[in-house]
Amino acid sequence: MFDFYFELPLLLRLLLQGTAVSLVLLPRAPPCSMAERKISAWIQGRPGPNRTKPPIAGFLAPLGLVASIPVLGTALQKLGIYQLAADGGKFTFKEDPIPGHVNKFYFVLAPIASMIPALTTVAFVPFGAYFDAAGKLVPVALTNLDVGLLAVFALGSLGVYSLILAGWASNSKYPFLGGVRASAQLISYELSMTLSVLPVFLWVNAPGGQGTLSLFDVVQTQSQPGFWGGTWYAMTMPVSAFIFLVALFAETNRQPFDMPESEADLVGGFHTEYGAFKWSLFFVAEYAHMIVGSGIFCLLFLGGWNPLPWVSFADLAHWLHFADKPLLMGLIAIGLFLAKVGFFIFFFMWVRWTLPRFRYDQVMKLGWQKLLPLSIANLIAYALVIAWIETR
Amino acid sequence: MSASDLLFHLFAVFTVACALGVVFNKNAVASALCLLLSLVGVAGLFVLLDAFLLAVLLVLVYAGAVVALFLFIIMLLDMQGGDRKKFTKATVVSSTLAGGLLVTGLVSFAQRGQVAVAADVPVVGSTLRSYAEQLFTVYLLPVQIVGFLLLIAMLGVIVLSKKFEGLDDIK
Repeated sequence: MFDFYFELPLLLRLLLQGTAVSLVLLPRAPPCSMAERKISAWIQGRPGPNRTKPPIAGFLAPLGLVASIPVLGTALQKLGIYQLAADGGKFTFKEDPIPGHVNKFYFVLAPIASMIPALTTVAFVPFGAYFDAAGKLVPVALTNLDVGLLAVFALGSLGVYSLILAGWASNSKYPFLGGVRASAQLISYELSMTLSVLPVFLWVNAPGGQGTLSLFDVVQTQSQPGFWGGTWYAMTMPVSAFIFLVALFAETNRQPFDMPESEADLVGGFHTEYGAFKWSLFFVAEYAHMIVGSGIFCLLFLGGWNPLPWVSFADLAHWLHFADKPLLMGLIAIGLFLAKVGFFIFFFMWVRWTLPRFRYDQVMKLGWQKLLPLSIANLIAYALVIAWIETR
Repeated sequence: MSASDLLFHLFAVFTVACALGVVFNKNAVASALCLLLSLVGVAGLFVLLDAFLLAVLLVLVYAGAVVALFLFIIMLLDMQGGDRKKFTKATVVSSTLAGGLLVTGLVSFAQRGQVAVAADVPVVGSTLRSYAEQLFTVYLLPVQIVGFLLLIAMLGVIVLSKKFEGLDDIK
């Protein structure tokens, strides 16, 4: 059925695949921001945006027609779906001034730079798996590199530059403080984050095997038969999962770690001087980071596309008889994976509207004096346990 | 010219151009950003050599953390570059000499240098496993020594940068 596709030149195929993935990832930001507004409203016991309704005539005619359907239209209006379109229109068409005192080149460069790590990290994240013609489970991913997770960390670590640049180029007090905070915070939490995943890879890379940091292989080791083969690493390594999650919040600048932004004391932090489209680019990048970060958390600690602990995706495919349909199988795997990611996006928002923001000194204290020693102790403990298990 | 040759030329020119940008930029922040781009270019060259791990580590450690720290320090101290110091005679002579030596070395290496045939070079560093094995067996001592050296440097920085008022502070 898809033979014609595999006959295309490799470069063209890669280009098409990359475009397809970015086209799925990029438009996630508006629904995420909408979900954020609705969830915050529900948590705070208010209705949230529920009035916006497009005019039936005019340039939003297709949307207007949907809105005039009796029950569905009103339901969508109450959900605030049209607010989304209005926001999108506003960000695109609003005047986008560049303040006179900024460093223009870097001021424009910063939001563009924020998109680079946000869109490149996804190249190393597998989304699902299917059985190929030979009956082998192969990942649905742009690349399946040996160094998978390291590459994600490396590209993700470049995200700090857009914040620093935005803060510095704005050439005024609050953005500058935001930029300095961003650089310090992101470097501090990167350490604990990297150390927290090491126990997982100590366990995955058992002696005798081919050493790997591939995320696909991590999922494979969580979908083996037997009690210990089928457990997710969140159960066997809860401390690692916890440290990773906390560091993920800090790395994505989400509350309670949104020091670089921190409306209460820095006006808007690094993006104080930004408006309209450039401002929205920062948030597209932030949501893309959240999606990729939660995806990696799911792959490492929650079994990736496995539906339940001890129920591997391959078993599910055999039970429900879709193992011989690669397309369907891939879609179901991606669906399972995205459901988990979606839950984590919700979790991010849930935490944001539940916990108050930390003070800056508390953020630094937590990173260096609590999380870092904890992650080192965790690593040593698991190294000892794994060594004991392997030599038994 | 094959695709990898073309990529090599692209990355090489990009790396050198950015490196020149580091030196000639008047603005400290712009210099640091040029350094960042130059490192990304070197990472690209590593990828062309199939040394994926080195490329990733270069981006992770240097581009991701070290240059971010540079920028942090530049911003914290609010260094704007400013006027450069004029060259003295000694610096002109010594830098010309050093540059001449470097060029001579490169030219002689390009003309007469024996580049080992690929078969003679053990494939090290292409996979994580062989990399780790070499690091923990053959090169264990150098790695430990370098690590120790870095630790000493770190302690030295702390000692030098901390202000000691009297003998009591040292304890």
